[in-house]
Amino acid sequence: MGIEDLSVAALWWAVIISGFYHGVNPGMGWPLAVSAALMERDHRALPKALGLLALGHFLSMLAILLPFSVMLFLVDWELQIRMGAGLIVVAMGIYLLVNRRHPRFLARVHPARLALWSFLAALAHGAGLMLVPIFLGICGFEQQDVGHEAAQTLMTSNIRLAFLVAAVHTVAMTSAGAVIAVFIYLWLGLKFLSKTWLNLDVVWALSLVCVGFFGIYSALYGH
Amino acid sequence: MNLRPDPTFYASPKIAMQAPVENFAFTVMLSPDGSQEDGIAVVDVNPKSDTYGQIVHQVIVPYKGDEFHHFGWNACSSALSPLTGHAFLERRYLIVPGIRSSRVYIIDVKEPLEAKIHKIIEPEEIFEKTGYSRPHTIHCGPEGIYVSTLGGGGKDGTDGPPGIFIMDCETFEVIGQYEMDRGPQDKHYDFWWNLPQDYMVSSEWGLPPQFENGLVAEDLLSNKYGHSIHFWDLRARKNIQTIDLGENHQMALEIRPAHDPKKSYGFCGVVVDTTNLQGAIFTWWRDDDGKWQAKKTITIDPRPEKADNLPPLLQGFEAVPPLVTDIDLSLDDKYLYVACWGLGEMHQYDVSDPMNPVLAGKVEVGGIARGTPHPNGKPFVYGPQMVEISRDGKRVYWTNSLYSTWDDQFYPNDEGGQMVMARVGENGGLELDPDFYIDFPKGYRSHQIRLEGGDCSTDSFCYPSA
Repeated sequence: MGIEDLSVAALWWAVIISGFYHGVNPGMGWPLAVSAALMERDHRALPKALGLLALGHFLSMLAILLPFSVMLFLVDWELQIRMGAGLIVVAMGIYLLVNRRHPRFLARVHPARLALWSFLAALAHGAGLMLVPIFLGICGFEQQDVGHEAAQTLMTSNIRLAFLVAAVHTVAMTSAGAVIAVFIYLWLGLKFLSKTWLNLDVVWALSLVCVGFFGIYSALYGH
Repeated sequence: MNLRPDPTFYASPKIAMQAPVENFAFTVMLSPDGSQEDGIAVVDVNPKSDTYGQIVHQVIVPYKGDEFHHFGWNACSSALSPLTGHAFLERRYLIVPGIRSSRVYIIDVKEPLEAKIHKIIEPEEIFEKTGYSRPHTIHCGPEGIYVSTLGGGGKDGTDGPPGIFIMDCETFEVIGQYEMDRGPQDKHYDFWWNLPQDYMVSSEWGLPPQFENGLVAEDLLSNKYGHSIHFWDLRARKNIQTIDLGENHQMALEIRPAHDPKKSYGFCGVVVDTTNLQGAIFTWWRDDDGKWQAKKTITIDPRPEKADNLPPLLQGFEAVPPLVTDIDLSLDDKYLYVACWGLGEMHQYDVSDPMNPVLAGKVEVGGIARGTPHPNGKPFVYGPQMVEISRDGKRVYWTNSLYSTWDDQFYPNDEGGQMVMARVGENGGLELDPDFYIDFPKGYRSHQIRLEGGDCSTDSFCYPSA
């Protein structure tokens, strides 16, 4: 296994770990699955709610990743695109650090519309943006592998990759949330809800800044 | 900002009941004639403390004539839903409106013994940003702090209907009107909701000219006070149904939904039925077709009394009306407490079956033409009014004043403020604690009570009791 394979593997792990990270955060929605099951007195409501949250999150990832995957077909501008993307992610992180207020429009979403809420919550917190530098990194390696193929092929491959990254990330996120939700629902009880809830606002914003800088760095010195 | 949710945010009513008990109560001190500045009394309710049952601190505001009435928290258990997006608020500030001045005080009670004013919102800001006046009931919910008002715009508050406005729960900035479609709603009093089911219910007292200078007997006898309750799509901010309880059911006041968010019912107290002077409780619920229904499930009869013993307002009726002016539901949704301010009685109903309440306990104290003294022998002026139940359901606190000008009409020769507490028996029943009796400082009356860590009329829950 060459150093490049290792780097690609590391990037995929980053996709998975960021999924876990989003998933365990109650703010991303797993308590709503517990609530749904308790409200409907039916344990089947739990996976259903998690499914809806996952759908919203997945679409939110795609909404961010797809435009970048399309842009990358401008191969000559790859460096600028990757630098720009990194800067956007850093800017989002700094914005969230400075503006610690939560977006009020999220509170207007009907509590039964979990997919919509999950989509908007992920969008508002820059969850998709966090994946962009990682995604572009993976694209970089892929691009090298395929060499200078036709732009059309490249774009198709990047779009496929965007779906894959979003899917892997969402599966990781949902699994992490599901484990906690099931434990709380079946064994631990609601008292643990507030115990597992940590204020990650600052950590989250800093993660965006770090990932953004990583994107810029890898654009300049990596692939 | 906390790193964890505030320990006084409870996921379910059951968890709230098991939490540590209250050590302090916060009670309104109001100067009925505006000769002194109003305030919030901090009361020691920890039986192990040397100052148990005493006012241990007062936050006196800098203005006169605010007339404090109801108040509430900046944040409560409603913050534990990911949907609201502010799980890390602190339950730290009391939002205290003046219903006469329309001024709103934000009081920091993080250290109850050093409670102090954090911010003052001047009336002009409220008029300008909301078009409403006379702010009243406070609830914290999905979009921040919701404040009900009793008046619209203009000097006498009749320029446009009253309603609810929203304040930011972190900066306390007044944001604006809540309603997007109010339907037929043209008067306002109380409101509360079920957060996961996304409905809100609101009620009606009367417009400012109908209460500010006293009860208007002609308006009451011609059934011109509020008698409807309104059901809203909470997040769409839209009135979806209005139920007229019948025009004889004058003044539909407190709205008490079941605390367990699985349930789709609640109660509303009606002050007086003008056909027979009864007080009444309606149970409202959502039927299988999703329509809201309401039915009278409790009636309380007036007590015949010689005209000579009655205030002028009641002499023609030769009876004391119960005057149901506050109700409160325990967190297990089992007991509904009903203050009969005219009779001088506090009733406890077992509402395990909300359609068939059963009287489980009763305390007599104060009352028109009766004036039952407290068990410690001291007087209890007026009658039982604002009632608050401890989260564990074992202690019930109440005060005695209804509203400055109305106190003077129904109890013309009385004056004073008292706060008392009754203990709830294992299987129901209610008994006044002879050792808990607070006489308010001279010139002050008392009204709403809030308990440290939340109580039975503040917290809204996002998860069922399981």
